[in-house]
Amino acid sequence: MLKLNNIEVVYSDVILVLRGVSLEVGDGQIVALLGANGAGKTTTLKSISGLLRTELGQVTRGNIEFNGARLDRLLPEQIVRHGIIQVLEGRRLFAHLTVEENLIAGTLAHGNGRTKTDVEMVYTYFPRLRDLRRRVSGYLSGGEQQMVVIGRALMAHPKLMLLDEPSLGLAPLIVREIFEVIQKINQQEKTAILLVEQIAQAALAIAHHGYVMETGRIVLDGPADKLRENEDIKEFYLGLTQLGERKSYREVKHYKRRKRWLG
Amino acid sequence: MNWDLFPQFLATGLLTGGIYSLIALGLVLIYKASRVFNFAQGHLLMLGAFITWWFTENLGWDVWLAFAAAIGLAIIAGWLVERVALRPLIGQPILATVMMTLALSQVLQGVTILAFGAYQRSLPYLFPIQPIVLGDIRLKLNLALAFVLAMLGFIIFVLFFRFTRAGLAMRAAAEDHQLAQSVGLSVPRIFGMAWAIASVVATVCGVLLANISGVELTLSLIALKAFPAVLFGGLESIPGAIVGGLTVGILESLVGGLPQDPALRALHLGDIAPYVFMLIVLWFRPDGLFGLKRIERI
Ligand SMILES: Nc1ncnc2c1ncn2[C@@H]1O[C@H](COP(=O)(O)OP(=O)(O)O)[C@@H](O)[C@H]1O
Ligand SMILES: [Mg+2]
Repeated sequence: MLKLNNIEVVYSDVILVLRGVSLEVGDGQIVALLGANGAGKTTTLKSISGLLRTELGQVTRGNIEFNGARLDRLLPEQIVRHGIIQVLEGRRLFAHLTVEENLIAGTLAHGNGRTKTDVEMVYTYFPRLRDLRRRVSGYLSGGEQQMVVIGRALMAHPKLMLLDEPSLGLAPLIVREIFEVIQKINQQEKTAILLVEQIAQAALAIAHHGYVMETGRIVLDGPADKLRENEDIKEFYLGLTQLGERKSYREVKHYKRRKRWLG
Repeated sequence: MNWDLFPQFLATGLLTGGIYSLIALGLVLIYKASRVFNFAQGHLLMLGAFITWWFTENLGWDVWLAFAAAIGLAIIAGWLVERVALRPLIGQPILATVMMTLALSQVLQGVTILAFGAYQRSLPYLFPIQPIVLGDIRLKLNLALAFVLAMLGFIIFVLFFRFTRAGLAMRAAAEDHQLAQSVGLSVPRIFGMAWAIASVVATVCGVLLANISGVELTLSLIALKAFPAVLFGGLESIPGAIVGGLTVGILESLVGGLPQDPALRALHLGDIAPYVFMLIVLWFRPDGLFGLKRIERI
């Protein structure tokens, strides 16, 4: 359904960030997009959702197709109407609005008709939000805020949801809970999901397919179960060695150098 | 000091302050939506009053009908101003937009003079002007009803923001433009809506004020009363607009009216007092009394 064909993205006319990225998300799939900080994952999502424009970014080469339609010339609100919602990094919510107002904000671009049942639908995925619905969302815990932003995206019944590091800064237990819900949404609502993560293992556990990004390029891709067994991924994108210790940055850099030689 | 007249000046000040609050609301609306401080608010107000006058004078319309028609035109005017003058500046430095609203105020002044002449006009009264007496206080019914109407307008807008989807869209966009776009809202469209509403509010204030002091070019200067009101109330705060407006009205009336000494009266302290008060408040609370607290959580 979604196809990025060799796109190049430039910020402020000079900063080249993506250099020929191609990826695909099929109907009803969860696709993981992995990579270290600064690899260009967020930029990739923003070029799909059109939010790139709000940061003076531009797709300068290649194109983006969604069910046959070209996306890379459209405004963010037009792309939303195609059924694509990006959940921004860092649990961005309307902090002064209540939980329920945040959810309803997810429907503002669409009709009013089903708002009530849709809110109920979100509460069945995130029962905790029901009790918090009148609370000002800015004061919720990180995990609860993550539920609000995913719930808000769900309100629009997207065909494709772009999730940017939903695990960021959350406790492992909550991450597991969130990932379970993401999988459930995918199965029950048939929503395709492009999941950006740094925690490779958790993402690959629920994904069908995975891509690994490095300095603006896709360096590796394959079925999720294959990638999970891939030694490079285990070692470098998990950030863990066999001993379970974090790899030093130097070693990762060394790896990158080697990669360049090989690649 | 005329302390006997204290209740009288307090009451008149409060009533005038109600209209200042509504002017302040217009400023807050545009600022909240787009971070633009609209120096032309007073000129929109003046234009609204002149247009209403024109309908009564040249088409012989009843003043209420003229008022309604002027409100309709105000929606178009506000939207148009945003579309033509401000939208091209989205993303430009804030100073550019401020200069644009200043330029706009001059353009509106020019248009008003060209279209309606620079004369003082009088508008048929919206309300009866008989005095009402409450104990020691004598008020013009005119002013009292203008106050009621201003407060009613205020309440209608607060309800609109609180309970309608368009209001929710405006509150959402006011918080975070990029996030609003990510849920599919068109931010420029919301700016247009903010200007349209602010322009309606300005026309309402213009007609209410014209009923008290006549239709003239100096009506635009009344916005100068709303500037300190929004600054010490908090530029982003709707409660701040109402408290700020009422405070300015009361201060102006008390400080201007109470001193008896002619030398003191000649200083027009009533006009200065709100600004002095604003400076004091901002000294202690730079975001104003009701400035939004940033919610920060990690
Ligand atoms: N608005 C921007 N303007 C200029 N450079 C940017 C902008 N946003 C991101 N970048 C740069 O693009 C690169 C990729 O960033 P990003 O897409 O956020 O990576 P990731 O999400 O993988 O951490 C980084 O080097 C970053 O500094
Ligand atoms: Mg990122």
